[in-house]
Amino acid sequence: MPLTHTDREYEAELTKLRERILLLGAKVEAAIAGAIRAVVERDDVLAQGILDGDAEVDRLEVETDQLCLSILARRQPVASDLRFLTIALKLVTDLERIGDLSVNIAERALELNKEPALKPYVGLPVMAQAAQGMVREALDAFVSRDADRARDVLGRDETVDAYYEQIFRELLTYMMEEPRNIYRATRVQSVAKYLERIGDHACNIAEMVVFMVRGEDIRHRGAAST
Amino acid sequence: MAAHDLHAWFGANEALKGITLAFPETRVTAIIGPSGCGKSTFVRCLNRMHEVVPGARVAGRVALDGQDIYAPGVNPVRVRRRVGMVFQKPNPFPTMSIRENVLAGLRLSGEPVPDPAGTVEKALRQAALWDEVRDVLKRTGSSLSGGQQQRLCIARALALEPEVLLMDEPCSALDPIATARIEELIHELRERYTIAIVTHNMQQAARVADFTAFFYQGELVEVDRTDVLFTHPNNRKTEDYITGRFG
Repeated sequence: MPLTHTDREYEAELTKLRERILLLGAKVEAAIAGAIRAVVERDDVLAQGILDGDAEVDRLEVETDQLCLSILARRQPVASDLRFLTIALKLVTDLERIGDLSVNIAERALELNKEPALKPYVGLPVMAQAAQGMVREALDAFVSRDADRARDVLGRDETVDAYYEQIFRELLTYMMEEPRNIYRATRVQSVAKYLERIGDHACNIAEMVVFMVRGEDIRHRGAAST
Repeated sequence: MAAHDLHAWFGANEALKGITLAFPETRVTAIIGPSGCGKSTFVRCLNRMHEVVPGARVAGRVALDGQDIYAPGVNPVRVRRRVGMVFQKPNPFPTMSIRENVLAGLRLSGEPVPDPAGTVEKALRQAALWDEVRDVLKRTGSSLSGGQQQRLCIARALALEPEVLLMDEPCSALDPIATARIEELIHELRERYTIAIVTHNMQQAARVADFTAFFYQGELVEVDRTDVLFTHPNNRKTEDYITGRFG
């Protein structure tokens, strides 16, 4: 959207919406990073902080939705503005879910911290970095309105899925070796699953960005879309 | 109906610079664009009304059922019978009764009207006005509300049984309820007529038209299915205009 609106107030509303989404994006990105650190560093205080911070993410989601509805009702946006508004409505849901998944990771951290460490974490921080990177890239593509960059995010989902498979297989060996490991191993496995889901949500966001920029719906196209 | 390389001038000023645009049968095509873009001039060329203005000139072709309405020997009055027009301001003949208003176009064309009562009822029914005026047909046209007057003008155009109906901002002088009734009427008329509507109101184009054409500075910038044009226009100028980012 290189030209600005003749109506400055409308332009200001769209800018505000964009900023709200970015703020929400920044919060959930920080939540993923914090939650994983709480697992790896066995930090209860950090984990509790993620749980407490979720209310702020929820509040931002509701606020963003209200802003979208208000703009739709009052401005009846069309063309690129309409595409921006409709994806904004969906995008906040994905961001909020990412926030919830970060909370789930923090909850697993609190459970794991009550037990002795199962093993040093090697794959999990790398996987977390990859998933978090997808979210960041999807949001950066959204900000810069860059459809190619958004498509790159879709390609990275396979890597995150592969990390999950690898971590899962490793945890299976721990569980087969010693049934007492099962409680902790299933918790770690859940954390990896949450990260894998975060990657999926990042893909949803990336697909929306392609639609916003090009007006092209690339969802559900199977392998061809990546 | 289809225009091919249509040019129009007011004196030396070229108001239309080669418009090629087809109107699919029994579909509504909206023409949008900023003031002075040539949209009204364009529809006025479609029933040979433009040439009525002193100093105005037209070049190019307008095919109606494959026949050029600008071909030598074509009678403009006959063209206007087949291509009806409704204007921005409702303009019933003020002292004439509702009934005579409906028949005015037929009377002016000099043809006998074998069944005036039947013609009046049919036209008023088609214009969704019959139920409101059936008992007051002798009252003057000006006794009606603005929205009713506009539907009376539509009935007057329909009485001639045209093939195409041109509407030049038919709702810009009406309140939202009267506008909604006209829009509903357009949906009904679409089953029988090919309709071209010029409108300043983009939401109206989005609501009533199957196809929308965007005019700018005497040129056709883009025409597409209305849902496509309003969600993903191909041309940057269209995008800037419909989102309100113009100039």
